[in-house]
Amino acid sequence: MVNSGPFYKFGTAPQNQGLYDSANEHDACGLAMVATLRGYAGHDIVQMALSSLRNLEHRGAVGSDAGTGDGAGILTQMPDSFFRSVLSFELPVAGAYGAGLVFLDTETASEDKAKFEKICAEESLTVLGWRVPPTDSSVLGELARKAMPLIEQVFVSSNDLISGMDLERRLFRARNRSERDIGLYLCSLSSKTIVYKGMVTTLQLEPFYPDLSDERFESLLALVHSRFSTNTFPSWPLAHPFRYIAHNGEINTVRGNANWMAARESQLSSELLGDIDQLKPIVSKGASDSATFDEVLELLVLSGRSLPHAMMMMIPGAWEKQLDIDPQLRDFYEYHSMIMEPWDGPAAVVFTDGDLVGATLDRNGLRPGRFVVTEDGFIILASEIGVADIAPDKIVRKGRLQPGKMFLIDTLAGQIVEDEQVKSEVASLEPWGEWLESGRIKLRDLPEREHVRYSSKSVKRRQRAFGYTEEDLKIFVAPMALAGQEPIGAMGTDTPIAAISERPKLLFDYFTQQFAQVTNPPLDSIREEVVTSMTTSIGPVRNLLEARPEHAQQMVLDYPIIGNDELAKIKHIDRANDIGKAVTVSCLYRVDDGPEALEERLAEMCAEADEALLAGATFIILSDRGCNRELAPVPSLLSCSAVHHHLIRNGTRMMTGLVIESGDARDVHHVSTLIGFGASAINPYLALESAEDLVAIGTITGITAERSSKNMIKALGKGVLKVMSKMGISTVSSYGGAQCFEAIGLSQELVDKYFTGTTTKLGGVALPILHDEIAQRHTAAYPIETANKDSTPLDVGGEMKWRRDGPPHLFNPETVFKLQHSTSQKNYEIFKSYTNAVNDQAERLMTIRGLFSLNKDLREPVPISEVESVDSIVKRFATGAMSMGSISPEAHETLAIAMNRIGGRSNTGEGGESVERLLDRERRSAVKQVASGRFGVTSMYLTHADDLQIKMAQGAKPGEGGQLPPNKVYPWIAEIRHSTPGVGLISPPPHHDIYSIEDLKQLIFDLKRANRAARVHVKLVSQFGVGTVAAGVAKAKADVVLISGHDGGTGASPLNSLKHAGTPWELGLAETQQTLLLNGLRDRVVVQVDGSMKTGRDVIIAALLGAEEFGFATAPLVVEGCILMRVCHLDTCPVGVATQNPELRQRFHGQADHVVNFFEFLAQEVREYLAELGFRTLQDAIGQVEVLDVNRAIRHWKADGLDLAPIFAAKDIVTTQTQYCSTSQDHELEKHFDYPLIDRAKPALKDGMSMEISSQINNTMQAIGTMLGNELTKKWGEQGLEPGTLKLNLTGSAGQSLGAFMPRGLQIDVEGDCNDYVGKGLSGGIISVKPPTTAGFPASENVIAGNVIGYGATSGKIFLNGVVGERFMVRNSGAIAVAEGVGDHALEYMTGGRVVILGKTGINLGAGMSGGIAYVHRLSESKVNREALQLGEITLSALDKAGADELRGILEQHLDFTDSLLAKILLDDFPSHVKDFVKVMPRDYARIVEIQQDAQATGIDLDGQEVWTQILEVTNG
Amino acid sequence: MADPRGFLKVTDRETAKRRPVPVRIKDWKEVYEERNSGVIKEQASRCMDCGIPFCHAGCPLGNLIPEWNDLTHLGKNKEAIDRLHSTNNFPEFTGRLCPAPCESACVLGINQPAVTIKEIEVSIIDDAFDAGFVVPSVPDRITGKTVAVVGSGPAGLAAAQQLTRAGHTVAVFERDDRIGGLLRYGIPDFKMEKQHIDKRLEQMTAEGTRFRTGVDIGIDITWEDLRLSYDAVLVATGAITPRALDVLGVDLSGVHYAMEYLTEANRVVAGDEVDNQVSAEGKHVVILGGGDTGTDCLGTATRQLAASVTTIAIGQKPEEERSEDQPWPMDPRLFEISSAHEEFGDRKYLHSTVELVGENGILTGISVADTEFVNGRRVPKKGTERIMKADLVLLALGFTGPESETITSQLNTELDSSSNIIRDAKYRSKDSLFVAGDAGRGQSLIVWAIAEGRAAAAAIDEYLEGETQLPFPVKPTDKPISVYS
Repeated sequence: MVNSGPFYKFGTAPQNQGLYDSANEHDACGLAMVATLRGYAGHDIVQMALSSLRNLEHRGAVGSDAGTGDGAGILTQMPDSFFRSVLSFELPVAGAYGAGLVFLDTETASEDKAKFEKICAEESLTVLGWRVPPTDSSVLGELARKAMPLIEQVFVSSNDLISGMDLERRLFRARNRSERDIGLYLCSLSSKTIVYKGMVTTLQLEPFYPDLSDERFESLLALVHSRFSTNTFPSWPLAHPFRYIAHNGEINTVRGNANWMAARESQLSSELLGDIDQLKPIVSKGASDSATFDEVLELLVLSGRSLPHAMMMMIPGAWEKQLDIDPQLRDFYEYHSMIMEPWDGPAAVVFTDGDLVGATLDRNGLRPGRFVVTEDGFIILASEIGVADIAPDKIVRKGRLQPGKMFLIDTLAGQIVEDEQVKSEVASLEPWGEWLESGRIKLRDLPEREHVRYSSKSVKRRQRAFGYTEEDLKIFVAPMALAGQEPIGAMGTDTPIAAISERPKLLFDYFTQQFAQVTNPPLDSIREEVVTSMTTSIGPVRNLLEARPEHAQQMVLDYPIIGNDELAKIKHIDRANDIGKAVTVSCLYRVDDGPEALEERLAEMCAEADEALLAGATFIILSDRGCNRELAPVPSLLSCSAVHHHLIRNGTRMMTGLVIESGDARDVHHVSTLIGFGASAINPYLALESAEDLVAIGTITGITAERSSKNMIKALGKGVLKVMSKMGISTVSSYGGAQCFEAIGLSQELVDKYFTGTTTKLGGVALPILHDEIAQRHTAAYPIETANKDSTPLDVGGEMKWRRDGPPHLFNPETVFKLQHSTSQKNYEIFKSYTNAVNDQAERLMTIRGLFSLNKDLREPVPISEVESVDSIVKRFATGAMSMGSISPEAHETLAIAMNRIGGRSNTGEGGESVERLLDRERRSAVKQVASGRFGVTSMYLTHADDLQIKMAQGAKPGEGGQLPPNKVYPWIAEIRHSTPGVGLISPPPHHDIYSIEDLKQLIFDLKRANRAARVHVKLVSQFGVGTVAAGVAKAKADVVLISGHDGGTGASPLNSLKHAGTPWELGLAETQQTLLLNGLRDRVVVQVDGSMKTGRDVIIAALLGAEEFGFATAPLVVEGCILMRVCHLDTCPVGVATQNPELRQRFHGQADHVVNFFEFLAQEVREYLAELGFRTLQDAIGQVEVLDVNRAIRHWKADGLDLAPIFAAKDIVTTQTQYCSTSQDHELEKHFDYPLIDRAKPALKDGMSMEISSQINNTMQAIGTMLGNELTKKWGEQGLEPGTLKLNLTGSAGQSLGAFMPRGLQIDVEGDCNDYVGKGLSGGIISVKPPTTAGFPASENVIAGNVIGYGATSGKIFLNGVVGERFMVRNSGAIAVAEGVGDHALEYMTGGRVVILGKTGINLGAGMSGGIAYVHRLSESKVNREALQLGEITLSALDKAGADELRGILEQHLDFTDSLLAKILLDDFPSHVKDFVKVMPRDYARIVEIQQDAQATGIDLDGQEVWTQILEVTNG
Repeated sequence: MADPRGFLKVTDRETAKRRPVPVRIKDWKEVYEERNSGVIKEQASRCMDCGIPFCHAGCPLGNLIPEWNDLTHLGKNKEAIDRLHSTNNFPEFTGRLCPAPCESACVLGINQPAVTIKEIEVSIIDDAFDAGFVVPSVPDRITGKTVAVVGSGPAGLAAAQQLTRAGHTVAVFERDDRIGGLLRYGIPDFKMEKQHIDKRLEQMTAEGTRFRTGVDIGIDITWEDLRLSYDAVLVATGAITPRALDVLGVDLSGVHYAMEYLTEANRVVAGDEVDNQVSAEGKHVVILGGGDTGTDCLGTATRQLAASVTTIAIGQKPEEERSEDQPWPMDPRLFEISSAHEEFGDRKYLHSTVELVGENGILTGISVADTEFVNGRRVPKKGTERIMKADLVLLALGFTGPESETITSQLNTELDSSSNIIRDAKYRSKDSLFVAGDAGRGQSLIVWAIAEGRAAAAAIDEYLEGETQLPFPVKPTDKPISVYS
């Protein structure tokens, strides 16, 4: 498809090719807003905005062409007097004309302008004239200049000289129509505001548009924005600001939002806007998420809602679970949830309509926003504090944006409107609550239905028809039914993906889940459940542009998954009221009539749905009940999506709720896909009946049948929430229909027709094959011949655990055995028979790479003696990241020893490394991982790494966190993780310092300063779009990008992730190579690949596709003795590999020599391939795609439809760069703040002398102290120096990551304030921050530091004389920290240390906190994580003597370091104030500490068996 | 659900006890005491439900061992037997007679005693018979096609049952007077009482399988005639040509092939009168060959009150532990003490037979020498010859292949280099003639025979109907898991 339209013009992006698709582009950014309350406009506002923008430069990015920025821009009020003075023609009074910048195509400019004027005329507007604003293209980068449009300014007035909103609406119509009809791009066309933007850097914006420097260019307000795009193809139109907003973040649900907008279009009508048909589509093709958001916001505002009202609709706060929310506001939100789903995703949005200017933050608060208010009425809000240079004594208030809250300034009235006031005004506009009461239908209010129970025989017959296996029942249904929990598995997947599976697969299996990585964060649906919502309302949705009582006539469901009785209630709803009417459409077809019958039936189903709507149905139920010998079920996903898209196309989708009565859905992935493809609610009846049957036949005991069905629903629902969270989506209403899936192995035609808009890169099967698969299942259920099958069990399965009659596994008895035997006996011949067995399976359609063949005729073979040696090849090998914790110390060390022997690299995995191993060249791991839990990530750990690997995602469960349960935190694990034995540890789904690409850039920056010699890796999981992410990662200056396949992954993972998230590495690697080449970034990063690599052939194919380093995990584990028990999560590994159980560890019999043999054999095989293919070195082979021959790929009934060509598309990319890494990133290390200080601080760093250094700082100086810390650690080791040996006295606003990873001996005292990530990974250093003594505001009420302070700190102290942002001291394991007020989610996942909070706290304090103590002043119980309190995991108590003493000691230090007035007041009368403090302490931690104290007192070994037994008693309850 | 920690809780392997030797050698009944169902359940809980169940791979039938171990642990006997029957027609035979390569492959066996799989298997089926779960499964629809199965050993019976249930009309031909082949006359009752065969035949008869005993195909009816009369013919005649001993004196009176000896003994136990039965009573017996057949002879001779029994083997005494060239999960050749060895007799290794000696045509002894390895061949070491006293020598030296004269001559079928009847990947020899079991594979284990019978049934069903729903557990060329394959 050719990309055209205004958003495709004036960009540098190539057309979609190979696996590259421009739809994957992401961006993230820095933004700022400046306004004044003084009531008159001035150029100073514009200047202040532009200078703020310049100070955000580090948040933007430049690509391979160093001069070209990703885009920047400014939005101001109409500079009326400026225009009057520069224009040659007359303007009507201010407000009676509109103006805007137009991007024109040079070639068609004059005719386009004429067309534009014609459209204006049709809208009763007159073009007053055109102006060519001066531009200086010499400042641009080359790419930007090439794509630069002709830029003109147009001035328009109405024929009847209207103004205000009436004029705005007309201008909108003209602009909108000319974009749709002519393909023009207008940056804006408004009587109130104007946008100047382009493909420029923050520094280039002003020189490029000299207008902006003109003193006469005046405004009361300004929005500025700097963009960081993941690729190097930014475009002129996609720069921010748009017409109303600038946005930092990403709308994850944009595909769904856009689909729903399209579905709503036919109903849109607004008297104010006139004929809307001319304005469609509302959502432009090719627009970014932000641009789309802006288009819809604009529609809402121009059709009559106020700007704050519209913002509240699109980005509602988390109202669903807030108990103390204003009821009127709750009603407002609930009512509007029936009209529009949230636009969900990390977002800080600044917005303006020219009068009001404001900012809001998404419900999770995942983007920073800081503001200051000055005494003379200036307000500056930006992604960072310190962007504008303002004297401290002028500042009267410092604040921050808060999750779900709005910050609004009315520039006309000259005042700040606080969040509560804005919202209460909007919430009281209409009697929303009454409308809800009269319209809303609740399921529980409908008449109860008698429960129908099906016999075992009936259940079993239908289980067969829907392809159930024994394994399904045992591994999926039973655990869900029994415990309401999603099933867990281990050791990844090694069966064929659906696209190439010989066996009939369910349609669900062809879809893989998307997940968040790098460009937005996954959410923690467990610990941060408070911001999520599974509530959904179904039924007809009415005209978006109106608000009437009837809009509330919907059915509210607490859960999108419903039981059989609940469905029955809906089916019979017309008996209960006259609002609803349900019609059931049967989804069965005559299977003997073949695929045509299937296609026909789908068409009939759509037609029946249309009829139902004509007959007034408000609920359509698509049901596959009732199959028999003749009638087979259509896959429910196909029925659902087909009807959903049909109704969207007909513009009738919003008229009905679509309920799926599904027999095939039984797994979390199944329900998730159904919701994702448009189901409003799902009744997985057969899964529920199966659960009840398992109780009836006694397979699961101890619960009732009714409970089993409820548990099943709960487990499925929780699973869906988790799937949403992986994608970073918090509400099911915005997840619904968002199609966050990609298809592998479905034909484009099928997808276009039934799954419109979904990506299917490789093509694949269409209806005939789907029919074959249905027919195969159907024949098994309804055999034509012979003996009755009643007593024959179901198919055994074999998807998770190998079975002879099940799907083939790459690791099976033969391959495991041969691999083990050949490496232990050092027998290359048997090793070859192992690799032959694997490769042969691969060719028998088990993997995508199995389909490739190697073209040996292309090049002259070389003698093997001339090929690079085994010793040299093995250096490119690494073992995968497996923590010591997930595998046993023995297994972990054996790998490390082997890799060190051959000069490869082993990986610590998440979980640190003992200092003893750290310093042992034989036993250390060269690659140190930095994962979201940051366990054991200290200055020492980082300093002693060869490579530092940031794990963004892991193959087995991308987008998810992990958990080490208490009973696996043995003393030796606790020690290296800096935690307490027996206290459970959580690795959160996101890195809490990476919510976007610029945050990743920051972490890379920090790590590079913590160890300048180490390469920084970023580990990504293969999925559609990973190439674009990889390009962003390369721009963020990673040295190595690791693409991990979906299939690898040791350790535990929910089964739906293990099987259905991510794609094979072949796809991700090929896309990465192609995108990097297209972007000109390939030669500056190393590309590594891992994921189920097993043989020399795998290595060669990876190399040919572009990989230069190779990781292995499962195979070396097998060499060590792993026999794929798949019980890593149960701590019962019988061969001592994946367990900490001392008894089982004794059974470990792996040997480093065997692992060495494996890698040497592998290298030898690689050499043989190289010789045959005619390469002398592996480097020569990298990226030589043409050697892969797809034409000779194995043919197969299913694979026939696959088009593998996109995988090989790199061969068509013309480039001058090398196909492998041949240069390096410019890390600009010498520009770092610390760099010059290393010399100055020699006396301290070298000789341990005390000294102080003073300096002025600003927000562009990031990670201050980190490089000095690295130097200190290099010399002084783990213990560092005496506290305060080297002191930095700093004045000003510190950039992000102040004092990151700072070791003991370093101290930073800031007078001023600081940004996010203060004291990240603090390793013993001290940080204090206080406001300037001249500050014009009280310290304890103002914001002094940003979000995520002290993340992963292991020791040290932080004293903050002021309020801080969200997620204070997340995952602290040993530091002491004080703040005088904190935002939401403080102390999350904390495992140790002490925290003192002296002021207000946000919600959800202590979520997932398993250790440490907090002393919180006047803590309200309602702010503490609800589940933890209810379950008693966290206890709140008054302070005892020891606690009081400890608190007093900490307060005294706080006073000492910061002169805190608050601390002084509290200490002055400590005995009376101490009563106001609450001690927050996890229950188990308290008990364990007690046990340890007792043990210490009696002299028992703390890490001994006796203490451990006591601890286990505590943790097991 | 299976207890993932079961193997840590029950660490010892516990099998059923054998009855005391003095008691059991007084009768022909099975040597085991009644099993304790509590122990069985507990032992079943040791199964780890592996990600890769090597046991399931090690079993030619593909028995779903983890599944029925779990069901046994849970006490779900009906489901357990359904599961077991889904891969194995005759668990009561295999549970008693199979040497259990599954247990050799058991993952627990890497560093612990393996799960007692075989015993769990036999307890499932015995309990099922007791509980009345084993009922005829009569086909709903009859195809009208007819199949002749020649030979009624495990392969033939398994094929017959599968084909009958698939709706075909099946006649099983057996040249002996009773159905069962080697099961019937080759296996002594102390290993498997014959009532187990009879119970199974009762079920098969009720399902519609027809049995024709006393008909020797190739002689009573020609193979060609049989082929013309039936839509398909399955040859399941076994590989019962005994390996001969090429030394002086083999024709002395008192020298017998083991199978002759066992057959007569079994007939007598079954109540038949056998004229001039070869009996070991009061004799000094020497058994040549250290395999299972030799052991069966030993147990039989013991019960016939032999004066002495010596088993001599030409090779080395097998290792008691796995050696490096027989790594897990291979089925290793190990030194085993079977029930017969417990009871009586001597075992000698590295003994080569030089000649059999006698007086007046009657055996009196056997001349043996130490075995020497020359160019990889085992030969008697000169100068070490000595005479052992012997009144009865039983030749248990294995089998060389099927008795194939009539079939090759009448149907022009071909033999492979091991003199087994050649068949294709779908067990077809030619036209409508199929071959399963030892006749095609050569001497093997009972599980292979049943597996082949099942697979051949599927092949025949497909041949007759164009498609099949029957399982096809093994290919004719499948081999046990091994380093060398």
